Amino acid sequence: MKKSIGLIGSAAIAAIVAASAVADPDDNNLVIEGQSLVSETTAPEGSAFEIIYSGWRFRSPETQVLETDDFENPGMVAVEYGYELWETAAGSSGKSCADCHGAIEESMSGLRAGLPKWDEAAGKPLSLEHLINRSIKEHQGADAWKWESAEMLAMTALIGLQSRGMPLDVQTDGPMADWYERGKELYYARVGQLDMACANCHEDNWGNMIRADHLSQGQINGFPTYRLKWQGLGSIHRRFKGCMKQIRATPYKPGGDEFTALELYVASRGEGLSVETPAVRQ
Amino acid sequence: MNRTMSLVCGSAQKWTAAITVGALAAASLMGPASAEVGPDDVKIDDGVVAQPIADQPGDAAAGREWASGRKLGNCLACHAISDLSELPFHGEVGPPLDGVADRWSAEELRAILVNSKTVFGDQTIMPAFYRTAGLNKVADDFAGKTILSAQQIEDIIAYLLTLKE
Ligand code: HEC
Ligand code: HEC
Repeated sequence: MKKSIGLIGSAAIAAIVAASAVADPDDNNLVIEGQSLVSETTAPEGSAFEIIYSGWRFRSPETQVLETDDFENPGMVAVEYGYELWETAAGSSGKSCADCHGAIEESMSGLRAGLPKWDEAAGKPLSLEHLINRSIKEHQGADAWKWESAEMLAMTALIGLQSRGMPLDVQTDGPMADWYERGKELYYARVGQLDMACANCHEDNWGNMIRADHLSQGQINGFPTYRLKWQGLGSIHRRFKGCMKQIRATPYKPGGDEFTALELYVASRGEGLSVETPAVRQ
Repeated sequence: MNRTMSLVCGSAQKWTAAITVGALAAASLMGPASAEVGPDDVKIDDGVVAQPIADQPGDAAAGREWASGRKLGNCLACHAISDLSELPFHGEVGPPLDGVADRWSAEELRAILVNSKTVFGDQTIMPAFYRTAGLNKVADDFAGKTILSAQQIEDIIAYLLTLKE
């Protein structure tokens, strides 16, 4: 079964499991188009985990295989659209992204792995969507894209793809320290009618089934992610919003300071995992 | 039950001070154990809620429905229950509820359902099903409302009491 769909089982890794986990992540290796990705690694220092896992490891083989082949990956349609946008002149500058940035494979390589990152001019950390919109407004002279628009998802998927296979590594010290702390607070804050925190599900109960869902560690290395349930790509902040709605909480605003801080903190929990953009989830 | 504090009529969600006053007057004529207790007025002592919180006795068949419904108790999200094996996808977040009647009394189960933190401690993931105070950032649609009504709590307790090993 595994062989026929191209997943390589590795029994060697199976032994390490958190005490609370009942249904463990599987031991498949993530190989995309021949490139080996890190879907499991030693947790960063100070982590609540010993081993961190990509959400890919908790998905069914049917979902997993979609991510291993770019022709099967439904997120690649948006990437194609992203290329189109990259080359299309727009705004008062009459220029395309490519006119200023050249080959995307070079100019955007590595960017996704280090986000959100500190921005001196803004005086705060910025997510990929913020960076794209600033360039569109200030350099291209065109109108900003909405956070969850087809254009923004296509461009964040395309730019993210240029870092595929690179390890997440975000700055958490210096001016980022306060934002990291704020994100951490939000991660452990109980909210909503169900009175739960991110940590209740993704730290205390990863590996367990919550009704039909196999809980992962809630890592963000695959975003924007193609979700079969969404029938499309969705941003990190959309996923955060969905999780908050599940527990009947009023979500924070996509692009707002709270979600940016939370994104920073969650990214730091996944340091060492490979960027998988655009990942596929159920 | 502290009757002077805790009497409400109608659903917990429509609780108002004005109704309480009316209920108080009516209850003093009707006698004990006949009125619903609002979420702020449930007395939890040492992991026990001694008196029923609804005005009707619990109905086990109805409780079986509430325990499985996704929009209601959704107990199955976290607990496996063999008696509900006709339904798919039982969660693993909490312990299986088989034989739960052998482990807990009705009074203890009532405390677990009303506010599990009073029994398991603040760290528990299990939601409080009959509590509105002390919550943060509750979505507008659910603000000031309990997850289950007092009657649904009593119905689920009646159902749980049938789960013997
Ligand atoms: C009631 C349980 C619950 C809570 C609380 C919760 N989540 Fe989730 N979350 C889920 C489920 C279920 C999924 C889908 C399966 C999975 O990947 O874990 C999910 C998925 C995710 C994913 C996608 C992982 C991937 O690999 O694509 C991220 C990121 C995430 N959650 C972050 C958060 C954050 C941040 C919070 C707090 C704001 C939070 N979650 C709160 C249940 C929860
Ligand atoms: C989000 C998870 C979650 C949901 C939903 C949930 N529970 Fe629980 N429940 C738990 C956990 C976890 C425990 C174990 C105590 C602990 O670790 O905090 C528990 C313990 C219990 C116990 C004690 C079990 C024993 O054998 O000792 C009972 C009874 C119980 N729950 C009933 C219910 C009922 C009835 C519902 C639905 C109306 C429900 N629970 C919904 C997570 C949940």
